[in-house]
Amino acid sequence: MKSHARLAAAFLKQEERAHWHDQALWYVREKRDRMAASVPDWEALRETAQAIKRHALANLPRYLEEFEQNAAARGAIVHYALDDAEHNRIVLEILKGRNARLVAKSKSMLSEECGLNEFLERNGVEVVETDLAERIIQLAGERPSHIVLPSIHIRKEEVGEIFHKHLGTQRGESDPTRLTRAARSHLRERFLAAEAGISGVNFAVAETGAVVICTNEGNADLGNSLPDLYIAVMGVEKVIPKSRDLSVFLRLLSRSATGQPISAYTSHLLGPRPGQEMHIVIVDNGRSEILRRERFHKAAFCIRCGACLNTCPVYRRSGGHSYNYIIPGPIGTILAMHRDLKKYKDMPYASTLCGSCTAVCPVKIDIHRQIVLWRNEVVEAGYLGRAKSAALKTTTLGMKSTRLFRIGGWAVRKLLRILPPFVFNNRLTIWGRSRNLPKMPARSFRAEFRAYSRSKTDLSESRMNREARS
Amino acid sequence: MSLGRVGLFIPCYIDQVYPRVGMATVRLLKKLGVSFEFPEDQTCCGQPQFNSGCFKDAAKLAGKMFRIFKDFDWVVCPSGSCTGMVREYYELLLERDKDRYEFKHLVSHTFELCEFLVDVLKVETIDGSFPHKVGLHQSCHGLRGLGLGVPSEQVLPGRTGKVRRLLESLRGIEIVTTDRSDECCGFGGTFSVFEGAVSSFIGRDRIKDYERAGAEVIVSYDVSCLMHLDGLICRDKRLLKVMHIAEILDGAVA
Repeated sequence: MKSHARLAAAFLKQEERAHWHDQALWYVREKRDRMAASVPDWEALRETAQAIKRHALANLPRYLEEFEQNAAARGAIVHYALDDAEHNRIVLEILKGRNARLVAKSKSMLSEECGLNEFLERNGVEVVETDLAERIIQLAGERPSHIVLPSIHIRKEEVGEIFHKHLGTQRGESDPTRLTRAARSHLRERFLAAEAGISGVNFAVAETGAVVICTNEGNADLGNSLPDLYIAVMGVEKVIPKSRDLSVFLRLLSRSATGQPISAYTSHLLGPRPGQEMHIVIVDNGRSEILRRERFHKAAFCIRCGACLNTCPVYRRSGGHSYNYIIPGPIGTILAMHRDLKKYKDMPYASTLCGSCTAVCPVKIDIHRQIVLWRNEVVEAGYLGRAKSAALKTTTLGMKSTRLFRIGGWAVRKLLRILPPFVFNNRLTIWGRSRNLPKMPARSFRAEFRAYSRSKTDLSESRMNREARS
Repeated sequence: MSLGRVGLFIPCYIDQVYPRVGMATVRLLKKLGVSFEFPEDQTCCGQPQFNSGCFKDAAKLAGKMFRIFKDFDWVVCPSGSCTGMVREYYELLLERDKDRYEFKHLVSHTFELCEFLVDVLKVETIDGSFPHKVGLHQSCHGLRGLGLGVPSEQVLPGRTGKVRRLLESLRGIEIVTTDRSDECCGFGGTFSVFEGAVSSFIGRDRIKDYERAGAEVIVSYDVSCLMHLDGLICRDKRLLKVMHIAEILDGAVA
């Protein structure tokens, strides 16, 4: 597995494309800023959202039970899955029970996390992603590079090629409207033929048993109303106590995600439609474990808006596929580490720690702080790598003793002053590959300050004290 | 106003690579009538180790800093990033000391230079001139960590911020408006080495933004960001200059 640094460097080789990717996402970030500023008390809203999440997740068993009872009373069948394998098994059993071979699925990061599509395909079930961007990804045989804009890395000309190959559109077609129409009629057929619909869940309201789904394309609504079998899959953290809590989250979600005041469709599903069978699969898959880790528990508050990806200067310039976990960017990093510290050990280092992620997060997860704490976990587990560890250890030794620091500093400065610049400003050094080193001064600050202090007389000292008093 | 003992905290890279920034700070504080000491024993706050995840190594340096500065009434530092290290993260490193009075005092009385001027010395305006077009680089740790301004992500009052207010008071200065008001420069400490390609790419975008806006000088309260940007500017033979805010304020005041 290649490290983030290597994958990112490869991504940046196509410079023009990298700029395009950066600018496309920055555009979304700016839309988000405008939308946030249009809401009075935006910051208070974020604070409230976090408080609700904290409360709901601190009382998770109670709210899950309440949700389960209310959803069941409305005719839904509720299942619990401990992990991804159990989740996939339950979904497959439900499908098999109704002999469903074709599934119309709407975008769900949980199903990506669990590898549901691959599992179902292996077991003879055809899954059609019905979110346009997700369908593009599926046809291209890729994984999403963003949690809200899964095909943000693919340009419209490339979509044209993919559609030409799979949907038979004209070669060279890149007009978004015409491509979307082609996808629409292709998907409409699948919707009508599908024997089951599967979707994720944005919020599950304990008080009413409602499943709330936000989309812009209405695809989830077709998927959950046309087929006679509908399965909603959700992580345990999606449960919120009351309907009124939605007034907080719905205001935050789309504004943070795409800079829209609200998503085009917000559906509140209160049980199956007449003649339909509705299942809700509630999955833990490590979420309780996140909640148990005090320093990291807020990661479980995430509502999957993707704002931290859009704002991240590193994500925008390295692309979602440079992160090895299915969820990329800042939030992906702090979620991946709970999965496999060793496998994803380079992810926390793919950050400048600028803190913009924390500042946009609608539920105020301390993302950048967690990232640095994860770096410590990586170091403590011995995964930093020998060269980096040795360099840092040596620096620490040199800094611990003031004398060593002075002598070492003098020696390095001297050396860099003597050596011709091409020795350090070249492709073989990491700093010097694209940047020059600063010119080294002859004297350190402490030496200059000593000389300066000597030159100042007591007279000036007393004059300044007088001024300071006045 | 008597401030008591003021300690000057000069980050390691300013000491070794940018003594001119340290000296500008010294002269500026003197001009503003502040008496201070420079404890010669200081080396580094431990941020490179901390940001790389080596908390144990960082703790050794944090412990040294704590011993050196614990008896001062105020600590002033011409770096937002190193100040942020003390204020935000020392409690993670010095678990044994974190409840002591001296520790809490150090954490709450360590100030970045500009905020020391504004919040402690109550400086409203700087009497001086700097007739140039300036691009203000609000380094992330100072902006989002210390709250030297309001970052563009947040919807809060006081958008101008402390640094900009000081700069704006200079005669003849023009602070240019960039497309992205406060995006990271891509330095990120050891990130600049661990992820050199991304780091440089972000930096070049930042430089282009300042150039488009017509800046002659990029100014910041963190010379570490400036070192990174200047390294790119020199490599690409651009015309922009970089300056630490202490150099500008010191030069502007007679």
